[in-house]
Amino acid sequence: MYRYDEFDRTIVGERVLQFRAQVERRLAGRLTEDEFKPLRLMNGLYLQLHAYMLRVAIPYGTLSSRQMRRLADIAEKYDKGYGHFTTRQNIQYNWPKLKDVPDILGDLAEVEMHAIQTSGNCIRNVTSDPWAGVAADEIEDPRPTAELIRQWSTFHPEFSFLPRKFKIAVTGSPNDRAAVKVHDIGLRMITNEAGEPGYEVIVGGGQGRTPMVGVVIREFLPKGDLLAYLEAIMRVYNLYGRRDNKYKARIKILVHEEGAGKIRDAVEAEFVRAGGLQVQPDEAELSRINAYFAPPAYARLADRSQRLEAALASDPLFSEWHRVSVAAHKVPGYAIANVSLKPIGGVPGDATGEQMRAVAELAERHSMGEIRVTHTQNLVLANVRKDDLHVLWTGLGKAGLAEANTGLVTDIIACPGLDYCALATARSIPIAQAISTKFADRNRQREIGELAIKISGCINACGHHHVGHIGILGLEKKGEEFYQISLGGDATETAAIGEIVGKGFAHEEVADAVETIVDAYLARREDGERFIDTYRRIGAEPFKEALYAAH
Amino acid sequence: MSDKVLTANHLLSGEVVFLAEGELWTPRISEALIAENDEEERWLEQAGARAVGAQIIVEPYLIDVTRHGGATRPVRFREKIRTLGPTVRPDLGKQAELEDIHASAA
Repeated sequence: MYRYDEFDRTIVGERVLQFRAQVERRLAGRLTEDEFKPLRLMNGLYLQLHAYMLRVAIPYGTLSSRQMRRLADIAEKYDKGYGHFTTRQNIQYNWPKLKDVPDILGDLAEVEMHAIQTSGNCIRNVTSDPWAGVAADEIEDPRPTAELIRQWSTFHPEFSFLPRKFKIAVTGSPNDRAAVKVHDIGLRMITNEAGEPGYEVIVGGGQGRTPMVGVVIREFLPKGDLLAYLEAIMRVYNLYGRRDNKYKARIKILVHEEGAGKIRDAVEAEFVRAGGLQVQPDEAELSRINAYFAPPAYARLADRSQRLEAALASDPLFSEWHRVSVAAHKVPGYAIANVSLKPIGGVPGDATGEQMRAVAELAERHSMGEIRVTHTQNLVLANVRKDDLHVLWTGLGKAGLAEANTGLVTDIIACPGLDYCALATARSIPIAQAISTKFADRNRQREIGELAIKISGCINACGHHHVGHIGILGLEKKGEEFYQISLGGDATETAAIGEIVGKGFAHEEVADAVETIVDAYLARREDGERFIDTYRRIGAEPFKEALYAAH
Repeated sequence: MSDKVLTANHLLSGEVVFLAEGELWTPRISEALIAENDEEERWLEQAGARAVGAQIIVEPYLIDVTRHGGATRPVRFREKIRTLGPTVRPDLGKQAELEDIHASAA
């Protein structure tokens, strides 16, 4: 994985000193809260319902065991012993004190981490495929691209005062595990007919109060033109994006209001006008970045592991976990292990300091010291020998991290919601817990199969409910929590925004409503159909009838 | 018109606090000064502005409360959660740290 050079260390270190001084000035009254707020946001520090919240960047979801241990240290020393992994592959701490944040940033800098640009009207953490570099279906590793964009966007002086936040995602696989079509810019790594590598550039996707699937504005962009083209997009957005209305300030609104054709023309014109020479990284720098993502020293192994096969045959619980949690690796004898942070009835995406240390240890022993964070609030150990999977699973089990539910009905995304977030209109976590508990039975989960439930505690959609197969949005009506259900959302390459089924449900009715929907699916599905397949075949009507027939 | 108290976050710690007697700030809503009319509300807000200027608190605002048997309770569910802590972690927040918080504020 990428390691800081002297330049990186310097800018991050300087930022820590700068923020420390800003906090001192704030506490001494030499900065007002209005002056301080944009500064603290640019360092990922929010004021939430109960306390401050610090969002730490995990670049494209990749971190080392050493970094994970530091995150555990921070959780225990400065917070309340846990952290929350987010839908943008970052980690959030819910209880830091302002006076401690400079020290937290200092501790992060020691392990090449930071909280820069995880909030504010700037380019945020670039997200990517958690199986990057190892997935069997990958065309090209998206991490060097994500790292290049990260470096280009960090402290970019021209793009530090955007109309609104800006989110970029990259996938290197035709199976999109990075939700690129619902990002401000989504990049798909492809090859043209001549076999040359490049990008399909998608713009104007997003969720929130006006969800939209992005549009392709460039079908093939040669690799070397990436930063120049991104600059062109950012300049068009910076110039024409609305600043009069916070709720209409994202690039998706610009694309929607002006039309994709007009935006494409403006971007292409700017791309040509600017020439691109200024922003082209030199070959030495590109080589330096790429070198960090060269394949590690894999052992030459047979693809079949007798040890694994023996364990699968003799241990049904392990076999169940393996079935849903392990994915195909491009190197023979290796596997990708998905680690669920969704224990039945637990808080989705949370991990204690102890669990973080357990994952760090297991990653060191079994996955070359590297961990990935997914946008579905889970973790991945991407380079596990098949021979080691049973030992790994045993270790995960001791840490309470061996739930066999990756991609299943209890693998629910939930934002922090009204339990933590100042923006929320309803709680999301207890809804997730109720659904998780209701569907706890493993046989039932297996029977249902792949089902993505996503829950947001407000219209800002941090829980990605718009792209849930079943999406749940928590609102407030007459002082009570009230939940809208949508169906048919999809975060993958077949991206779709879910459709609201009808009247909303009270807090205590939601889990039952989800069960009604699942039962309607099971009653009507044809062989091999996932929930989303059945929904696409039969439409919303059967589900609406099932939900509302008695009302 | 309902009774109101002034709430804010403590600048240094981020903790939820309420304006109490002597323009002090308390984590317990039971100790909050209660405004029963417009004039008292204005006074609370002015006290809040003073505390902002003195770098004690940030983002003060008034919330509706009711009073039953000596207990002061927020009207809005959101403020109830804010008074106590996350409903999904009863071991965290004021509900865990302060004795008698449930009796006085739940």
